[in-house]
Amino acid sequence: MEPHYEALEDENTLELPSEPMRLNMGPSHPAMHGTIRMVLELDGESIVDVDIQPGYLHRGFEKSCERGTWNQVFPYADRLNYVSPMLNNVGFALAVEKLIGLEIPERGTYYRTILGELARISDHLTCNGASAMELGAFTPFLWLIKVRDWIWDIQEQETGARLTHSFGRIGGMAAPPTDGFKESVLAIFDEIDHAMMESEALLLKNRIFLDRTQNIGNLSQEHAIAMGCTGIILRSTGVDYDVRKAYPYMFYDRFDFDVPVGHDGDNYDRFICRFEEIRQSMSIIRQALEQMPKSGPVSCDDVRYVYPDKSDVYNTIEGTIAHFKLVMEGLKPPPGEVYSFTEGGNGELGFYIVSDGSGTPYRVRCRPPCWYNLQACRDMLLGDMIADIIPTFGSINMIGGECDR
Amino acid sequence: MGTVKQVIGGLDAGFVTTKFNDLLAWAQKYSLFQYPFVTACCGMEFMAVAGPRYDMARFGAEAPRFSPRQADLLWVVGTISQRQAPALRRIYEQMAEPKWVLAFGTCASCGGFYDNYTTVPGIDKIIPVDVFVPGCPPRPEAVFDGLMLLQEKIQTGKKGPLVVPPAHLPKLAQLRQKGSTVDFGTAEIQRLEAERGEDVKLLEPGDGEG
Amino acid sequence: MSKKIIDRLQKDHGDAVEETSDFRGDHEARVKAKSWKKVALWLRDDLQMDHLIDLTAVDYPEREPEEPRFEMKLFVRSTKTNERIRLATRVGDGEKIDSLVEVWRGANWAEREVFDMFGIPFEGHPDLRRILMYEEFEGFPLRKDYPIDRTQPLVAYRKVEGTDKLPPFGPDEGQPWGRIDWQKRLDGEEVQVSPSIGVQSGDRKALSTGPEHGE
Repeated sequence: MEPHYEALEDENTLELPSEPMRLNMGPSHPAMHGTIRMVLELDGESIVDVDIQPGYLHRGFEKSCERGTWNQVFPYADRLNYVSPMLNNVGFALAVEKLIGLEIPERGTYYRTILGELARISDHLTCNGASAMELGAFTPFLWLIKVRDWIWDIQEQETGARLTHSFGRIGGMAAPPTDGFKESVLAIFDEIDHAMMESEALLLKNRIFLDRTQNIGNLSQEHAIAMGCTGIILRSTGVDYDVRKAYPYMFYDRFDFDVPVGHDGDNYDRFICRFEEIRQSMSIIRQALEQMPKSGPVSCDDVRYVYPDKSDVYNTIEGTIAHFKLVMEGLKPPPGEVYSFTEGGNGELGFYIVSDGSGTPYRVRCRPPCWYNLQACRDMLLGDMIADIIPTFGSINMIGGECDR
Repeated sequence: MGTVKQVIGGLDAGFVTTKFNDLLAWAQKYSLFQYPFVTACCGMEFMAVAGPRYDMARFGAEAPRFSPRQADLLWVVGTISQRQAPALRRIYEQMAEPKWVLAFGTCASCGGFYDNYTTVPGIDKIIPVDVFVPGCPPRPEAVFDGLMLLQEKIQTGKKGPLVVPPAHLPKLAQLRQKGSTVDFGTAEIQRLEAERGEDVKLLEPGDGEG
Repeated sequence: MSKKIIDRLQKDHGDAVEETSDFRGDHEARVKAKSWKKVALWLRDDLQMDHLIDLTAVDYPEREPEEPRFEMKLFVRSTKTNERIRLATRVGDGEKIDSLVEVWRGANWAEREVFDMFGIPFEGHPDLRRILMYEEFEGFPLRKDYPIDRTQPLVAYRKVEGTDKLPPFGPDEGQPWGRIDWQKRLDGEEVQVSPSIGVQSGDRKALSTGPEHGE
């Protein structure tokens, strides 16, 4: 007796019921750079939908700022984009100075620029190194971290701390540059170049790397603009928007530098843009070191906002009173609100501050570039496979501290 | 006719098990498989600790195992928010014995300066912790201090959490750069140490330094 | 920021505009809440303000009951002309406001965050749920009357020996600045409390009692 089979003419006639499978990725997951939870709906390995759930590193930055004085925001601001803390410090300081209408000496502005660009370099090195590591290339990560440690050595020499130094102050910086500043900075530039060249030589012709980053994580220009993306994400899609060029602040209009702009909006473009930005930042630092005045104060001397010299504090009554009022009550900007924005490591980092005239901020809103970039991540991931989540998410450089604040 | 008394255990067997335990502890402490539960800024220092200059691999603790089932050391690196707490608890519960927890950074040890509605004030409120490494973020040297304390703890079987102490003052004074003009307050340090009755011998520049 | 935009706004939607300002170069226009979406669409379509920068809110609880409590802020920019504008509107406690997700897609998460932090519901938002806090959280943290140290733990804390803080130590113990006790302030007491022990026990007066700029 022969078994009776259904007529199986064609696989397509088989009606197999299938629903998308729901998979949870995170919040603790090796591929999640920051701490993020993604609920994926998968059809096999392709992603049908993804629900990105941020907020696992919400630390109450905005509420904490309302509790101290204006200068006490700097440690909190440092830990926003913690890979480039100087950029956040400078952004906040510029916002409050805009509110007050305070001008700081030229030397201070150059100092802020140089330390800020160094922080930007270390941000991009970390991002590219970690992206490479997640794709399996551990060696470029080690080289770039080696170089990053040298940059952190300079930060330690100048500010006292390797990473979160809280060195910015309203009205300038906490201390002037040390004596060997220019030489130390120039000494490591050759090493940065060398490490980047070696990493590029390893990665950019590698078939695996190219297959995993080219045409993966594409984002179109219209989507990027409507989503509010800024920074490398936007520039990789072809839109030429860099706050340093479009709305020059500090002395960026005195420097001659280019803004790398991508083409397709895929992971490969973002990777290359970051390396190029490192080179442009090095060029900015060289020019700034040439132009920086050799001596002079880095902070302005308005004692309503900046601590007076210690010799004045100990010897004159005006110095003591000024110091006392600044410490006990905080500096008092005029009531009002401003929005001030700079180019952070990931895009337009804005600070919208509201002051009620007292020493305590009324509202400090940080406009996080990662927040809007991460929203666009969903558009980048649709249609790709699970394995593409890792390089795509890595290339956004989502920093949890900035995204969730 | 005598009776035969059999002695079970005894000194010899005890010697073997003790030595075996020592060997086991030695093996465990030099081959810690870590689960890096990285959330925040301390993650950057964690990367540096794993990097080429401060090399965690020297201590045998390099291999990260991203599955709690395969790891025995849970590094909690960074701030833990209330929303993250159930995930941390679950990961700790999923780890198999023997397991240790190292709280990396001030936020993991005590909440740091985030004393607000959203931060867990120290992960010891959620899971038992073996070593606390304070610092914001801690220097890689402090992290290694913590790792070595943990290794000592594993070897000796000590109970109770340990905290990495700050560097001892005379050693700090000895870390002067050659020819540096910065005044580390050596006179002051010597005076304080003399008050405390300790013997301080400070290195002079050019004194046996490479 | 751009004065031209403010002028055109007043020309085309003059009835919607309540107030304009230009402080330190930032141009802002405050519109009525019911024309929020209309003006936003006009900004995007007629003035090519296609780049959403930010959408947030500020809480002024003392304005109630005369004025609405929350002030929503919208920051937009044009990629073609580099001009910027800040749009504001006032929303009361419990009132809804139109969602701008159809105007700029990036407003999705920004509005979810404003809902999460302030409790302002958005009409027409496709997916209004908490984004930074967890679903079980009650209350809206960035409101001034939510105390900063009120935690709502998801995982019950273990009992750890020797870690209970003795009163009167609290998070701000010994801090020198004048912290505003919003509960007291909203109840009508004008005192700005410095939470140091001396002030709490009445031994000395609080420091800092107000703005110094002639207000």
